[in-house]
Amino acid sequence: MSQLILEQALNGLQFGLMLFLLAAGLTLVFGIMDMINLSHGSLYMGGAYLGAAAAQASGSFLLGVVAAMLGMAAVGVVLELLLLRRLYRRDHLAQVLATFALILISNETVRMIWGPQPLMLNPPAALAGPVELFGFSYPAYRLLIVGVGLAVAAFLYLLVGHTRAGMWVRAGASNREMAEALGVDVRLLFTGIFALGAALCAAAGVLLGPLLAVQVGMGENILILAFVVIVIGGIGSIRGALVGSLLVGMVDTLGRALLPTLLRAVATPEVAGNLGPALASIAIYVLMAGVLFFRPAGLFPARA
Amino acid sequence: MSHMRRADLFELAALGAAVLLPLALQAMGEEFYIGFAARLLIFALAATSLNFVVGYGGMIAFGHAAFFGGGAYVVALAMQAELFAAWLVWPLAALGTALAALAIGALSLRTRGVYFIMITLAFAQMIYYTVISLKFAGGDDGLPLPQRSTLAPLDLADDRVLYWVALALLAAGLYALKRLAASRYGRALAGLRQNEARMEALGYPVARLKLVCFVAGAAVAGLAGALLANQNGLASPTQLYWTQSGMLLVMVILGGVGQRYGGVLGAIALLGLEEALGRVTEHSHFYVGFALLAVVLWAPRGLAGLLEPGKRRQ
Repeated sequence: MSQLILEQALNGLQFGLMLFLLAAGLTLVFGIMDMINLSHGSLYMGGAYLGAAAAQASGSFLLGVVAAMLGMAAVGVVLELLLLRRLYRRDHLAQVLATFALILISNETVRMIWGPQPLMLNPPAALAGPVELFGFSYPAYRLLIVGVGLAVAAFLYLLVGHTRAGMWVRAGASNREMAEALGVDVRLLFTGIFALGAALCAAAGVLLGPLLAVQVGMGENILILAFVVIVIGGIGSIRGALVGSLLVGMVDTLGRALLPTLLRAVATPEVAGNLGPALASIAIYVLMAGVLFFRPAGLFPARA
Repeated sequence: MSHMRRADLFELAALGAAVLLPLALQAMGEEFYIGFAARLLIFALAATSLNFVVGYGGMIAFGHAAFFGGGAYVVALAMQAELFAAWLVWPLAALGTALAALAIGALSLRTRGVYFIMITLAFAQMIYYTVISLKFAGGDDGLPLPQRSTLAPLDLADDRVLYWVALALLAAGLYALKRLAASRYGRALAGLRQNEARMEALGYPVARLKLVCFVAGAAVAGLAGALLANQNGLASPTQLYWTQSGMLLVMVILGGVGQRYGGVLGAIALLGLEEALGRVTEHSHFYVGFALLAVVLWAPRGLAGLLEPGKRRQ
């Protein structure tokens, strides 16, 4: 039992870190520009497809990751300059409509290029097997994801917390008008944030590709989780996004693994079989509603 | 009748044309489109109910699919319990969704702005995941309806009758919206949209006014969902998913937020465009997406705003 919990906790950590890659960009876009970007999940999907295609063509998983990150960063810059820039001053409803339109367009674009069938993406051959860890075996590839996720989290922490550009970002999230008045070029800053966010999305898409299916609609499923994360963490806060990601990843993964078993101890197998998965699926939404109820601005509010 | 305004006459003419549409389609041998037209009306009703919440109540609710799809599931589950009578089950669908909305609204309205958007979304997702994990609700496959609801002396199995029933309900909804906008309650909602703090200071029960709006919108969406289950022959989980909430919201914004015909125009334009493009390309959503972007950039008040040339320069 304790081995199961440990293994699932590692899975939760791994899922949470991937969510963080998505949530980091989303929370800054949302926090600084007060912009609801529903198409953030499409960047994740685009990255997964681009990475899978590049990995198949070149035979190198690493090349796939790099191609996906560079490709989606470029897409992000173009999107920001051509469209999103015009939406910052509009109300949330206009942003919802425009970015929902982007979801429709990107889903169909992917379908046109790669067809309706899901793509297969294999983990690098060297990492296909398991490794021994604290007396049990754990897939090496999942361990790599944990490592990459931790590295990116540390990189973002240094970037946002200890560089000049990061200081501008924090100033923008705390009070955009004041930051502008003090001479920060928020427009340029924002194009940069968007490119970085898109690249992180793409990385998450490729890295999760071998574990989840690379298919149309994958962005919509994970987008809402990313929103849950940033609302829990506090919109605009990178630290909040990290804490929220790990909370959501852990609660979701452990809930799915343990709730049905725990319920079987107190209820009949039939009730447990029905109720367990339901409770596990809604656990993170209950968590978010609870956080909003007691801390209406999230755990780490970014606004001054 | 000399006091009738031109707009009223236009409305009556449009209603008359809508009543005759199934007969015209039949005469042209295009019976298939009667079902499609009924679908348009049902989505128009659902979008209008959301427009009431968003445009009149000023609440950006991102979980309307929970009520729209919820109504469909009430009909499907009632049929499993051998309940087929529309006059009993449809009001039950509206009542059930209203009760759900009462609980969700009471909790959600404690938050504002983007947090309200996100918490309504969260509640709708909770309902979605609960329903797909319940075996008796059909799980991922949804619940097929063995037959349509019964509404003696009418025969709902006839596509034309279902169309007319949907049209009657939509017309009633739009008429209610017109009367409501001119009522004390409607004026209070208008005041709320402009300045909530002032209305609070004037002694209006702000929270209750908004909750009533949220619940009423949900009840009508539940009714529309009951109609859609009959039209589709299925209560489907995709109807509960967040993309459905997004679709309804897109219809409202496309048609015109807070415009009485906004929901109707948006539903007809979006589904009509999808259907028309679907005849010539399998990638219709690609072009629909660009059309929506064009509306965002060049018609910020939606299609209903385009139809009022006098107010265009605001």
